[in-house]
Amino acid sequence: MATFDLNGKEVTVDVPDDTPLLWVLRDEMQMTGTKFGCGVAQCGACTVMLNGMTRRSCVTPISMVDGSSVTTIEGMDGPETKAVQAAWESLDVPQCGWCQSGQVMSASALLREIPKPTDEDIDNAMAGNICRCATYVRIRKAIHDAADSLEG
Amino acid sequence: MKNLMIAALLCATPAMAENVNGLRTVDEFDSIEAEGERSVALFEEMMVVIEHPRCSNCHPVDNSPRQGDDMRMHQPPVVRGAADFGAPGMRCTTCHSEENVAFETGEGSIPGHDPWNLAPISMGWIGKSASEICAQLKDPERNGGKSLAELHEHNAEDGLVGWGWEPGKGRTPAPGSQKVFGELTQAWIDTGAACPSS
Repeated sequence: MATFDLNGKEVTVDVPDDTPLLWVLRDEMQMTGTKFGCGVAQCGACTVMLNGMTRRSCVTPISMVDGSSVTTIEGMDGPETKAVQAAWESLDVPQCGWCQSGQVMSASALLREIPKPTDEDIDNAMAGNICRCATYVRIRKAIHDAADSLEG
Repeated sequence: MKNLMIAALLCATPAMAENVNGLRTVDEFDSIEAEGERSVALFEEMMVVIEHPRCSNCHPVDNSPRQGDDMRMHQPPVVRGAADFGAPGMRCTTCHSEENVAFETGEGSIPGHDPWNLAPISMGWIGKSASEICAQLKDPERNGGKSLAELHEHNAEDGLVGWGWEPGKGRTPAPGSQKVFGELTQAWIDTGAACPSS
């Protein structure tokens, strides 16, 4: 049993304590924007915000989430995320799209902390988000474009 | 008579080479009469723990933690960051939580503890000699301002140090126990905290 804030609403789930948050999001909450990729925190497809910081939901037992705040791709908002979404659309970043919600989560988290990131900042923040279509060049460009648009 | 003597020797062997999970206990060093030599020998035994991958993997001299018993580069390729806690957007806690978490879909686990971070670069060990590590452990400028008593407390009681003996499914624990490591540290301090010459 765990009670937590999910995208601004309090929810309670009655599942075994070791159930991964990702399972809860997709199977209990029907929020399928967060993807299963590897299950071992190696690919980043399952990234959510936990208390405002990026977190791989596949290795997060629901017992650890009790009393916390979770934001999924469905609940992301704010200037950084809007700028990222606009840049993603403008550059047609996704190919198959599977990893992209995780990419958007990490990119938004980066821009919240570093409004004008360098290539190195981007590489460091995005290193754990793998894209099997290798859209990395467009991802990096889109983050720079999003930063430029935030600058006004 | 000869057989009896061999049997007696065999029975005595465990006491003569007493160790806990691959780490010799303090009394194993009692026979070294010269205090300085005993101190060095005690530190060299502490090195068995210090150099173990469970401990050294998070004491790099560069900006990336290591993983596994082969001390390979960490995957994903994370960086130390300004606070030894990862990069903005990709902090250690992006993947590591306050406890080891078994993988739901396969073998093994992801390690965790609260806190979970790299040792500061001044406390880096990988590639350094016992002599160099000993000197930096005693140096408050490089050991986080610790006295020898505080260094003992760190080795004997710190939770993240203790994680080395409770590393979760799929990882080899550090040799010995935190208790024995703490006792070795205290005995090393009590004998003058001497360092090896090389």
